[in-house]
Amino acid sequence: MKIKVENLTKKFHDTVAVQNVNVTFEEGKLIALLGPSGCGKSTTLFMLSGIIPVSDGKIYFDDQDMTDIPAQKRGIGLVFQNYALYPHMSVLQNICFPLEMEKVPKKERIERAKEIAKLVQMEEYLDRKPSQLSGGQQQRVAIARALVKKPKILLLDEPLSNLDARLRLEMREEIRRIQQETKITTIFVTHDQEEALSISDQILLMKKGEIQQFDAPQTLYDKPANMFVADFLGTPPISFISGQVCENGFLSDDESAIIKMDVFSSITDKTKVTIGIRAEAIRICKEDEAHTKGIITHLYTMGKETLATIKIGTSEVRMYLFDDEDLHVQEEVFIRFRSKGIHIFDSTTTERIQ
Amino acid sequence: MKRQKMKVKYNWLEVLLYLLPFLISIGLFTLWPIINVFVNSFLENLNLVTGKFQSIGFGNFIDIFTDPIFYSALKNTFLYMFTVVPISLLFALLFASLLSKKVKGTGFFQTAYFLPMVTSVTAVGLVWKWMYNADYGIFNYFLSLFHIDPINWLNDPAYVLPSLIIYGIWSILPFTIILLLAGLQNIDETYYTAAKVDGASSWSIFRKITLPLLSPTIGLVLVINIINTSKVFNELFPLFNGNPGPAGSLYTIVYYIFEKFQKSLDLGVASAAAIVLFFIVLIFTLVQRIIQKRIVK
Repeated sequence: MKIKVENLTKKFHDTVAVQNVNVTFEEGKLIALLGPSGCGKSTTLFMLSGIIPVSDGKIYFDDQDMTDIPAQKRGIGLVFQNYALYPHMSVLQNICFPLEMEKVPKKERIERAKEIAKLVQMEEYLDRKPSQLSGGQQQRVAIARALVKKPKILLLDEPLSNLDARLRLEMREEIRRIQQETKITTIFVTHDQEEALSISDQILLMKKGEIQQFDAPQTLYDKPANMFVADFLGTPPISFISGQVCENGFLSDDESAIIKMDVFSSITDKTKVTIGIRAEAIRICKEDEAHTKGIITHLYTMGKETLATIKIGTSEVRMYLFDDEDLHVQEEVFIRFRSKGIHIFDSTTTERIQ
Repeated sequence: MKRQKMKVKYNWLEVLLYLLPFLISIGLFTLWPIINVFVNSFLENLNLVTGKFQSIGFGNFIDIFTDPIFYSALKNTFLYMFTVVPISLLFALLFASLLSKKVKGTGFFQTAYFLPMVTSVTAVGLVWKWMYNADYGIFNYFLSLFHIDPINWLNDPAYVLPSLIIYGIWSILPFTIILLLAGLQNIDETYYTAAKVDGASSWSIFRKITLPLLSPTIGLVLVINIINTSKVFNELFPLFNGNPGPAGSLYTIVYYIFEKFQKSLDLGVASAAAIVLFFIVLIFTLVQRIIQKRIVK
């Protein structure tokens, strides 16, 4: 089901949790609501589910106004962060519960529950109590319970945050698989950019209750709309240098770093800009190919790769080194940038220029 | 993994020395009286002052089980227990659910409901005696508003037990509410939200979620209230000027024990009655625990 949100706003007393959100989620997509804690992503999810009433704005499911429809009548499945499995009921009873409330005959609801348990690969655990299950298994049951009523939309609040690192990887694949098998429009909340980037079709990135960018994961990474988006996505974090454009190049604020590069040629001279440089866009090169030069200040070896911080003038940037580059701290190196990994932002508005 | 066994050599004499103050006090004030009651119940014609007795046997038990007043006391105690415990539980469930909701004025109502707990049962009993008054009491005033003839609450043998029961429910309610409220507040709010999203009505949520999750607390409340109501005496004493109801119509087990000991100075019979009460409480508690285990399973 398509979800359209118009001017969605939520105020708690004086604080604005969500402000003027306008967005449309297409049918059958897996969408991540991403942002730092307190950015209003969970609030947005709970407004979509109907648990939290909206302060202002409208919510449409397939052009049907859902703003004032109570949660149980919205045709949604909701998975809570702590799963909220009823501890006194078995897995089967938990999955059956929504059907029981819908007064589905007992035989049919057990049949449907077993079917959905198979989908989440929990058919062997139907008689267990939630306390006898691992975190990942509880998660599967919670998803099954949310799906058993055949909802049009599946909403998940921080579905992976209660799991350890390995289970988290496994479960995010699972969520992707279940979503693709059921083709249900799915929205999940996360503060982990890697989770969002790896499984979602689209990401809605929020900050302080406002949308920063809504795009496909790769677009978000390749063409961040502003400095916040560029900073929030990617490990290691993007390196920023502020300065201005001058004569087909870039001069940092304290004039300690000069970068000669074609990408600046389309921008008017003296424009105050901040450049963001992705670690993977920097390469060590020979002097005649160099865009600029710097001094290695730190080297971090992390298994398969080595991360280096390099001082260009007074600004530090992060980059990856290759095995065959035998470099040492305090060594001077010439560096070259790939234009794809260089983002230019307006220093005052923080918006993307190029 | 097998945990390595720690071998510590205790100096048992020293341990005993540290525990001595506790052992002495519990022995003197808890164990000794209980043992004493057991022993006394088998001493026939025990003289309270001299401590001399005629013989050892079941004479005291035969005495009380041939005493029609004791049967009347048993009947009244059971009737009191079986009405006060369930009714107060129902009311407490209702009030506790209301109090656990975060609405305006919760603080006021919480205070209001817990007031009986901080007041003396005996003192409030005197107030209730006045409220029950046939001529000037507030109960009969309310009845008169509905054109119901005044009831002689405390003097009509047909009404003395109901009067005691109403007062008993009122006095036991706050404690019951506090326990249930604590139990309710232990239930995670998200269960309710989840059930609501699943389309459960308030009644279904209460029956399918709240009640099962609250059942351990309810079990505890039942045990405590059964024990407390089986010992009904404090409520009875002030309402009827220290008498067991008009014309001895409202004996309870504890009143019977009290009378045998205090008025007849018959320590043996009083002890025997106390032992009977002990076994009654024991049986009810065991039955309750067995049922509870069945339900939880």
